[in-house]
Amino acid sequence: MREVTVGIGGAAGDGLDKTGDTLAKTAARLGLYVYAYNSYQSVIRGGHIWLRVRIGEKKLTSHGDHVNVLIALNQDSIERHAREVESGGAIIYNSDKLKLDPTLLRDNVLPVPLPVSTITKPFGKVPPVMQNTVALGALLFLIGLDFETAASVLTDTFKHKGQAVIDQNVAIARAGYDYAKEHFVPLGYTWTFTHVRRPFITGNEAFAIGAVTAGCKFYSAYPMTPASSILHWMAAHAERCGIVVKQCEDELAVVNMAIGAGYAGVRAMCGTSGGGFALMTEAIGQAGMIEAPVVVIEVQRGGPSTGLPTKTEQGDLNQVFGASQGDYPRVIIAPGDVADCFAAAVEAFNLAEKYQLPVILMSDLLLSEHPETIEPDALRYDVPIERGELVTEWDESQGKYKRYAFTRSGVSPRALPGTEGAAHVAATDDHDEEGILISDVFTCPPVRRKIHEKRMRKLEAVLRELPPPTLEGPEDAEVTLIGWGSTKGVIREAIEKLAQEGIRANHLHIKYLFPFHAREVAEILRRCRKTICVEANYSGQFARYLRAETGISVDAHIRKYDGEPFEPRYIVERVKAILEGASHTLDVTEDEAREIAYHYIRTHLDDDARPGRISRLERDGFEEPIWDVEIISRETGQTRGRLFIGVETGSTYHWQPAELVS
Amino acid sequence: MATVIELPIEVYAGPVDPDWCPGCGDFGVLKAVKMAAGKLGIKPKDLVIISGIGCSSNLPGFIHAYGVHSLHGRAVAVAQGIKLANHDLHVVVTGGDGDGYGIGIGHFIHAMRRNIDITYVVMNNQIYGLTTGQASPTTMKDVRTKSTPRGNAEPPINPIALALVSGATYVARGFSGEPEHLAQLIAGGIAHRGFALIDVFSPCVTYNKVNTYPWFKQRIYKLEEEPGYDPSDVMAALQRSFEWGDRIPIGLFYRDEQPIYEDSEPALRKGPLVHHPLRPERAVFEELIEELM
Ligand SMILES: Cc1ncc(C[n+]2csc(CCOP(=O)(O)OP(=O)(O)O)c2C)c(N)n1
Ligand code: SF4
Repeated sequence: MREVTVGIGGAAGDGLDKTGDTLAKTAARLGLYVYAYNSYQSVIRGGHIWLRVRIGEKKLTSHGDHVNVLIALNQDSIERHAREVESGGAIIYNSDKLKLDPTLLRDNVLPVPLPVSTITKPFGKVPPVMQNTVALGALLFLIGLDFETAASVLTDTFKHKGQAVIDQNVAIARAGYDYAKEHFVPLGYTWTFTHVRRPFITGNEAFAIGAVTAGCKFYSAYPMTPASSILHWMAAHAERCGIVVKQCEDELAVVNMAIGAGYAGVRAMCGTSGGGFALMTEAIGQAGMIEAPVVVIEVQRGGPSTGLPTKTEQGDLNQVFGASQGDYPRVIIAPGDVADCFAAAVEAFNLAEKYQLPVILMSDLLLSEHPETIEPDALRYDVPIERGELVTEWDESQGKYKRYAFTRSGVSPRALPGTEGAAHVAATDDHDEEGILISDVFTCPPVRRKIHEKRMRKLEAVLRELPPPTLEGPEDAEVTLIGWGSTKGVIREAIEKLAQEGIRANHLHIKYLFPFHAREVAEILRRCRKTICVEANYSGQFARYLRAETGISVDAHIRKYDGEPFEPRYIVERVKAILEGASHTLDVTEDEAREIAYHYIRTHLDDDARPGRISRLERDGFEEPIWDVEIISRETGQTRGRLFIGVETGSTYHWQPAELVS
Repeated sequence: MATVIELPIEVYAGPVDPDWCPGCGDFGVLKAVKMAAGKLGIKPKDLVIISGIGCSSNLPGFIHAYGVHSLHGRAVAVAQGIKLANHDLHVVVTGGDGDGYGIGIGHFIHAMRRNIDITYVVMNNQIYGLTTGQASPTTMKDVRTKSTPRGNAEPPINPIALALVSGATYVARGFSGEPEHLAQLIAGGIAHRGFALIDVFSPCVTYNKVNTYPWFKQRIYKLEEEPGYDPSDVMAALQRSFEWGDRIPIGLFYRDEQPIYEDSEPALRKGPLVHHPLRPERAVFEELIEELM
């Protein structure tokens, strides 16, 4: 076996992150590849958190779509995820507190009950989160990872807490490991450990490190998930890296401060999510008008409004394109993977300064928050730094310095405040070559025409500089999957899976959204047999953009907007259905009915209830067919009642307690 | 201390003449800003004037210095970014009451709370000039304007009191009818280490028919001339800030030396950010990567 996916389920506050992180770093130090994804909620305690750590010998580009080993930290997690564990896998749980109902298991899944209080007895009184450390130890044994490497990770993780804490953690993990060794047989994973050291890093960390490496000296933000971890990284490293990090009063201040800093000559960046970006839009147009370089990161989450604070989506394309009134030059880049986030940040600063315009980096929760191992050389020290044309002094005998001199390239050499002889006003009202306003008193239509053309002309050079997208995979494929931004990895994996099933597919990934290589893309698309646009939003915002730019309508769409990222199998199934000509239904599936029932239980019933048998009934009294979900007691397994869920609308029509049923 | 070489105000002569209505109070403010810079001997290359949008906010276009004529209400935010990028520059914000106390009030309060070293001159004409005469946040109660034909229902903001309680460390009020006095106040504000507010009565002769030059001339008096007035006493300043009626104080309400925001930024200890080398040291970069392993 060459890869394993470990799922860790629990509530916020159960300490899943640390467990997942230790596991991931252990695998990474052994030279394996890791891709993790944390499906979490906007609560500090409670809720349901579902973290997956996928480990493999080859580069992984998504968190996949299966679970081999489940570590369940609470009863809810056993019930929700036990049935997902594939044959040959295992379920690790604290048998002092939790029960595993064997009917939830697929064939050949190993229950691994851990009597945590007995195992930890020799260590005296230990805090409840230590159950995770015991489970981690057992897991390492079951999946064949090296204990000493895990001990080195724990040592580094708890370094700041002192030797006693390190020793306790290592000893308890060891106890879990030994207990498993004594009572269970390993699951049969044999690995080749290369011990190649690779960074384990999230997209947001890659943005931040890329920015700092490129010379970013000013970062401003107002906290907003999923962009906040850029702020946290920047703040934690500000002193060492010599950056000014400013948490401002709102996003209006954030972007305007960054523009001020950019105007004054430092490389400045700010970051936010959709709602914050909405507030920034007027200022982004201002940066275009006064030709101030600034980098803005927009990390999308589910919208509209405050939407899904902790869930992913690619639904802000229209907003980012529509940001600010009027036409103005700007660059929009959507990096496709974590390594690309680093490179895109570097590139963004160079474009922003060379062309003196705002550069928007679009990401989303999936890309920004999931960690993965990347190749060490993806993070380079000696990145190119290009500042564009700067006027460092101006002798007025040359004539007056014109900040917005009309040039063929559209770029006018920039003078920073403090420069002798080049004083000028950067005006957000439209202005002439010197910066003098051309509205009101000095209205001059031809000057307006020429300066507008000057500004917009920069985009021609930008487009020439950006590499056009290319088709990856076989030229003569049956289907072409088109995606942008964070879907790059999952589409790639879906294509591999399709190939295994005899379907030849290729991939057109778009990274540079604006300016757009319309001619090149149109040429590629014209040669494709069947085009399918994959994007994480409801209305197909990218497909629409593609049509506007190339005149080409894609043949079909795969869309997702439930807040969870695409998984390879989801794309594979949809591609197959499209090829077969099956029509797509939006009906609530059985799995979804179960999730809806869980939601109903959480909001209306008590902890003891969980969904049991589910059957589909034809419409009887309700306007649509319904899912009839039996709700049973966790303790006794007895029926507590029935919940009727609409197949078409998802409405929770009716809750019928058991007393009334029989 | 280095001796200051004063500069004549002609040094700051702007590229174009102001487009304000004849008699607009903003002329006096423009003159006072130039006089203040001249008194302090600030070279045009080291002076940055940032404004928002409004008649008053056109000021940077009429003076020879660096400047940003930014968005309505955002000047104070842009100015802070400039100051943090290059704290060797003298950063002065000039704008209107609508710009600063209306749409921009959040930035105004937070900048004062930070005590960042910028000087904010508000041309307070108690009306929106550029948009042709609507009520502003400082329009007095019951005054009729284009947008309040039945009389303004809202009592005005008190910028002096607001500044005092928000942490500004230099709080003054001037009158554009007295440019010499105003220039003193602005120069004091620029020289002051910390956030300085100079609220200026700057009559709009076109749209404000209530708060006119004669209206102010009849009422204003100078705090410096008040026996025993102590500008280091914040409670006394607060008390005077509520004076509004037959007697209205101008002058320096309050001044205090406090640490400025820039002092709290370790990165700024090595001089202005704009002069720092762009690349981090290789050792630092390697540490950052090592943390991820
Ligand atoms: C976001 C936005 N809203 C509204 C306006 C229109 N606007 C321009 S100036 C102004 C008010 C100016 O009043 P004030 O700041 O008091 O300056 P004055 O013209 O009186 O000097 C308004 C509302 C704008 N430019 N931007
Ligand atoms: S409208 Fe009022 S504020 Fe504007 S220029 Fe004229 S007098 Fe001055």
